[in-house]
Amino acid sequence: MSVQTPNLEPKGIQGLGKPIKRKEDARFIVGKGTYLDDINLPGMLYMALVHSPYAHAKILNIDASEALKIPGVKAVITAKDLAAAGLSWIPTLAGDKQMVLADGKVLYQYQEVAAVFAETRQAAADGAAAVQVEYEPLPVVVDPYKATDPDAPVLREDIKDKMEGAHGPRRHHNHIWNWSVGSKEETEKALAQSEVRIKQHMVYPRSHPAPLEPCGCIGDMNKATGRLTVYMTTQAPHAIRTVLSLVTGIPENNIRVISPDIGGGFGNKVPVYPGYVCAIVGSIVLGAPVKWVETRTENLTTTGFARDFHMDIEIGATKDGKVTAMKVYTLADHGAFDAAADPSKYPAGLFSICTGSYDFQKAYAEVDAVYTNKAPGGVAYRCSFRVTEASYLIERSMDVLAHELKMDPAELRLKNFIRPEQFPYPSALGWTYDSGDYEKTLKVALERIGYYELRKEQAEKRARGELMGIGISTFTEIVGAGPSKDFDILGIKMFDGAEIRVHPSGSAIVRAGTRHQGQGHETTWAQIVSEELGLDVDKIIVEEGDTDTAPYGLGTYASRSTPTAGGAMALAARRIREKAKKIAAHLLEVSENDVEWVDKKFVVKGVPSKSVTMNEVAFAAYTNPPPGLEPGLETTYYYDPPNLTFPHGAYVCVVDIDKGTGEVKVRRFVAIDDCGTIINPMIVEGQVHGGLTEGFAIAFMQEIAFDEQGNHLASNFTDYLLPTALETPRWETGHTVTPSPHHPLGAKGVGESPTVGSPAAFVNAVVDALAHLGVRHIDMPITREKVWRILRQSGIDSF
Amino acid sequence: MEITLNINGTEKKLNVEPRTLLVQAIRDAGLTGTHIGCDSSSCGVCTVVLDGKTAVKSCTMFAVQAEGHSITTIEGLAQGDKLHPLQQAFHDQHGLQCGYCTPGMIMAAYVLLQHNPNPSEEEIRFGLSGNLCRCTGYQNIVKAVQQAAQMLQQPTGAAADD
Amino acid sequence: MIPAAFEYKRPMSLEEAIDHLAKHGYDARVLAGGQSLIPAMRYRLAQPGVLVDINKLPNLSYLSEEGGMLRIGALVRDTDVEFNKDIQHRYHLISDVSMVVADPIVRYRGTVVGSLCHNDPSGDWAAAAIAARAQMVIKGKNGTRVEPIDQFLVDSFATSLGEGELAVEVRFPTPNALTSGAYEKIERKVGDYATAAAAVQLELNPDGTIKEAGIGITAVAHMPLRVVEGENLLRGQKPSMELIRAAAEEARKIADPTPDARGSAEYKKDMARVLVGRGLLKALNRLGVAVA
Repeated sequence: MSVQTPNLEPKGIQGLGKPIKRKEDARFIVGKGTYLDDINLPGMLYMALVHSPYAHAKILNIDASEALKIPGVKAVITAKDLAAAGLSWIPTLAGDKQMVLADGKVLYQYQEVAAVFAETRQAAADGAAAVQVEYEPLPVVVDPYKATDPDAPVLREDIKDKMEGAHGPRRHHNHIWNWSVGSKEETEKALAQSEVRIKQHMVYPRSHPAPLEPCGCIGDMNKATGRLTVYMTTQAPHAIRTVLSLVTGIPENNIRVISPDIGGGFGNKVPVYPGYVCAIVGSIVLGAPVKWVETRTENLTTTGFARDFHMDIEIGATKDGKVTAMKVYTLADHGAFDAAADPSKYPAGLFSICTGSYDFQKAYAEVDAVYTNKAPGGVAYRCSFRVTEASYLIERSMDVLAHELKMDPAELRLKNFIRPEQFPYPSALGWTYDSGDYEKTLKVALERIGYYELRKEQAEKRARGELMGIGISTFTEIVGAGPSKDFDILGIKMFDGAEIRVHPSGSAIVRAGTRHQGQGHETTWAQIVSEELGLDVDKIIVEEGDTDTAPYGLGTYASRSTPTAGGAMALAARRIREKAKKIAAHLLEVSENDVEWVDKKFVVKGVPSKSVTMNEVAFAAYTNPPPGLEPGLETTYYYDPPNLTFPHGAYVCVVDIDKGTGEVKVRRFVAIDDCGTIINPMIVEGQVHGGLTEGFAIAFMQEIAFDEQGNHLASNFTDYLLPTALETPRWETGHTVTPSPHHPLGAKGVGESPTVGSPAAFVNAVVDALAHLGVRHIDMPITREKVWRILRQSGIDSF
Repeated sequence: MEITLNINGTEKKLNVEPRTLLVQAIRDAGLTGTHIGCDSSSCGVCTVVLDGKTAVKSCTMFAVQAEGHSITTIEGLAQGDKLHPLQQAFHDQHGLQCGYCTPGMIMAAYVLLQHNPNPSEEEIRFGLSGNLCRCTGYQNIVKAVQQAAQMLQQPTGAAADD
Repeated sequence: MIPAAFEYKRPMSLEEAIDHLAKHGYDARVLAGGQSLIPAMRYRLAQPGVLVDINKLPNLSYLSEEGGMLRIGALVRDTDVEFNKDIQHRYHLISDVSMVVADPIVRYRGTVVGSLCHNDPSGDWAAAAIAARAQMVIKGKNGTRVEPIDQFLVDSFATSLGEGELAVEVRFPTPNALTSGAYEKIERKVGDYATAAAAVQLELNPDGTIKEAGIGITAVAHMPLRVVEGENLLRGQKPSMELIRAAAEEARKIADPTPDARGSAEYKKDMARVLVGRGLLKALNRLGVAVA
């Protein structure tokens, strides 16, 4: 690993493709970031929550009298108190509703039952411990396959007779919705006619984003002004403001949501959680600011989980390996409330990207969602909505098919890729892929890792009884939701906004409706503006997260920032440039038609010596605007993308297996990503490193598991395992560039590709290592014991 | 009870309960660069340096226990406007993203370099394995520690100029 | 999470510490490194009424060799052992353990003696103390007693420490040139409790036969165990793969693990076997013995 010598802070014009260092680092490296818990307001109270020990139980009584005796405890609220404010239930993003505090019963372990407000954190914690709750346990539903048994317990008493849900009819009291896409009949016919068919069941286990900063909120109702300020760890401050206005009845202009520095989000900080609502209600009722910061246990047990898709796939192919059709059935475990964070029309998110990078002529996908006694969620954990599940499904299945056909998995992929000339490519399940060159990207990855030499090594090792495997994943993502014709959340279209204000002296402040959580927007948005306007990058300040100042936007998740806000930023800049051109013509004393933008300056056509810079134009916009032209140099642009973007990549993983313990060691991992135009390669590489690490964690250790009583088995970091530097493999990254034809910059987004694409590569590598023993699939997380069992069953033993 | 803590060379009088965790006391003293990320001593975002050469997860020590020790937090690392080589290197190598683990990670790296001024990649990964990062995949953190090690071994930190 | 309130005592002498412990009995807990106790208190799984912080007691941070023993005082941190070059060169088992206890930051604070007193079913130091035949030094109102580790470790989270007693030292026999050991641990990630782990210590006779063997296994029963039958098999024999397999098999036989997310009972039992086998091979390798 080579070490570069340190260079100076980025200065001057720094446009696209420059690996400039991040502007936001300055405060973080000296401990001067401002995260939610760093904010303290005068007279602030602290809130702690009481949680249910049972996964399903009737609440017989809540006795707060002992809690109220503790010095410093100001109040305890329960569902009854919330009901008085009309806030005992709130709408979810998925068209369902959820309890804020347990209303008559609890539906999952650790569900919030009461909120305690106190003058100190200690008193709040002691108060929560002193609240006595009497429960009558009820039978639980843990296995989603048993949720719709005829005699399954009723979980949602509130809707047990309501058989029409937000997404169509429900066929059982624990059924939420059924969704399908594609032609079932044609697909089944094509499958029946296929020479080769494979079937595979696979589970994408329940996971949790677990950012290192837990969720938190400070509600601050100013009774004198009627203004509610909410500091919140949210990836989508504007959407939160709208939701808060809808549920509280407070006019939206009287609500200010401030999302301060966020210590990682990964989808966890998109939904509205009961704790937020209670802190806000507490502030309204008690007339003081109320802070609530989750414990890690609260984070892992009650806030948005991800995945939990139970998938069955069938693929047809010709004998020589050309795929013909795929059919997918998925059971989605949504927990006790349908709080999945998906665009309104897509209850299963963008799962229909499951045909992946391959030219399937026929496809059909169907998903049923059910209620169980688990926490709600279904967030897009470092991925676009349900795209990780889809990508894992197809990439794992292609290996199963290769195994069946006795074909090399790379060759099978090369044979079935959508070819470059097929773009824009209409997929069998209704998407129009914008661009891609899958063969090129895979070939770069194979070359980089030395694929064919590794296959030789594997054969030699196998002959000696040693176990190594090679796994490939050539995924296609779908991100950047999205075009307003199809995409909205609670009716709000999924555009995003950007505002640019160029000041007279040539510096600028730019704002966006997104909210970064480590993605580097303060640098990359500045680079876009620097590129488009020729302003010095160090003179551009980027601001996000304050709804009073930032333009409306749907926020940062699902890899949408660059596709949406990045596009808005570029187009806002171009709108400024259009106006600037008029001013430049005025300064150059020529007609606008005689001015062109060359090398980040306005130049008189044919007279390169006659030019003005944007700095000069900015000054003139305020001091010497052309007659008849509105002064100033500011604009706001709302960008409604015409299509989604389709980043892709080719990942290759090499593993070695310890025959004694079943341990899998990742020897090498090459990730070649194609995210279109790259704004800052350093940041892109960093995003890829992080995403690969989360993919690795999901493949090998992270799982939110439950026992038969619905007890949560991963309620803290000693049980929910995040890899350290020691377990994490060393990543080898690279890229190909296939710009998006419709994005203003050709960029596609990258933050989540590696989490989407990598799990299949890891699992494929392990299965490949064991394939000669008859192994075709292993569900994640791949523990040592799962591998050990296969080894011992195959008679393999070793110290 | 009233205690006096020496944080970053400054004596601070604090009113704490015996059960007040050191991390809470540090944060209540206005030094919010030291973060809290878990309850199980797992994540290490609260790591501070104790007596110059050892580190502690400040969520796993009571504030009262820190009396008589010197505590160094992220805020105490730079010399005026001059960043410590670790801070400079984390910036240079893109060793941080959301920044939440960064103070603890830098303090862990600080003591690592005290004990091993020229660590290999493997030794850095080993030495930082008590600190979680969710964003970077650690690779650039390792590079940053390597850069800092080099800078610290150069005379008077000439490479740290910025 | 915030611990329940407690009374804090910071004795400045051993006598004072013992007085507090005697006075408060089992309502008092000793706070040394606190790396197991404080998290347990944060979850309110432990709610001691009184904490007796021994960190200011004088003369408990020694790490010295005396009378054929390595004496580790009650305030010696894991890192004091981990970073000690002499221990790295000569106490292979102890050095191995010191690198895999908890995580590198926790080790700056955690103590060897504290870990033994905690007697967690997954304790690393206990397995090593069993294999190396360590002794505990305990002080109380009635003076000092020295106890073999097997008597000290009584049950899950239980030791022979009585009310008003404080463990002040653990003693590990100094290995001679024909003695080596190893610690083999598998964990799901750094900082996790062991899925299974094995400590072994071997002393050879000049003729290459095994003079004495110690095997401790941890995380595979209600408390760390000595693999007595394995030791018996090894003693007096010339090392061979067959012998090692047989000795390791004894670990599998006595392991009686609780299944959990780290693995089934069956898996952990087999890991006890594999890790004892690996430990024996590594110890022999360190003694320059290649086993065919």
